[in-house]
Amino acid sequence: MADVLVYLYAVGGAELAESVAPGLTGVDGAPVRVVVDGRVGAVVSTVDPLHFGEDALQRNLEDLTWLAETARAHHAVVDAVSQRHPVAPLRMATVYLDDDNVRALLRRKNTAFTAVLDRIRGRREWGVKAFARLQPDVEPDRGAGDADLGPGAAYLLRKRISRERSARAQQNVEDAAAELHETSSAVAVASHLYPPQDPQLSGRQEHMVLNAAYLVGETDAAAFLDTVQTWYSPHIDHEVTGPWVPYSFATLEES
Amino acid sequence: MTLARNDDLHLVDLLDRLLAGGVVLTGDVTISLAGVDLVQISLRALISSVSTLVDE
Repeated sequence: MADVLVYLYAVGGAELAESVAPGLTGVDGAPVRVVVDGRVGAVVSTVDPLHFGEDALQRNLEDLTWLAETARAHHAVVDAVSQRHPVAPLRMATVYLDDDNVRALLRRKNTAFTAVLDRIRGRREWGVKAFARLQPDVEPDRGAGDADLGPGAAYLLRKRISRERSARAQQNVEDAAAELHETSSAVAVASHLYPPQDPQLSGRQEHMVLNAAYLVGETDAAAFLDTVQTWYSPHIDHEVTGPWVPYSFATLEES
Repeated sequence: MTLARNDDLHLVDLLDRLLAGGVVLTGDVTISLAGVDLVQISLRALISSVSTLVDE
């Protein structure tokens, strides 16, 4: 097994090499450096195979404490370098054997990286999540017509009304989420939909009905926020996160 | 409508992006982060730990 491995955070222009702040550290507290090939550079740090080798990764990714620390460390590096230059963040836990292999990668994918960087340059990502508002579970009133019905028929009628109300409420929530997505997309360059988060993870009891990311030009950020923040629906409650480095839009075109 | 602050990132929002977003490369150390499997693994870890976090 190799003595050390190389962990990749992001790819950007070669000028990254001059501007990565000395003292910036990444996963496992290792110093961050830049490997350059031609006009592109990769932000990396040296890591221990005992933590980032294949077996170790399989095991560690199941460990929430490790996962959380590593995710935050990865994000901190990506966020720091993105303040000065456009960077395409890499998916968490991309690990190479040595700098030569990283350079070979940069050379092989040069065109694709340049295309990604062009797409995200001058743009940031915003997250929008929406939750169904909790509706009070109201039993339908006994209608005037109930008097004409036997108790069994009245019960069934109330059940049916209740079911119809609940279906209508569900439809209202879905329509509102679709409208919010459409409204947000109109001020964005691109959008990406994530699966809704489990209530156990979102930290909210309400059912999540939209978990979206939007790529927005830096000059349009104020308009985007204004549009999304002033949008209102009685059926859903929404929240904005960001700005993010465009994680959701850093995808390589298949060549 | 609320604006979540950047320094108060929900871990789960971050993991959405780090485990399912970002440039996917075939690293020398191959872990199938591209697949759904890993996200499920991570979420399982999260779910099993989330109650502990809430208790803190």
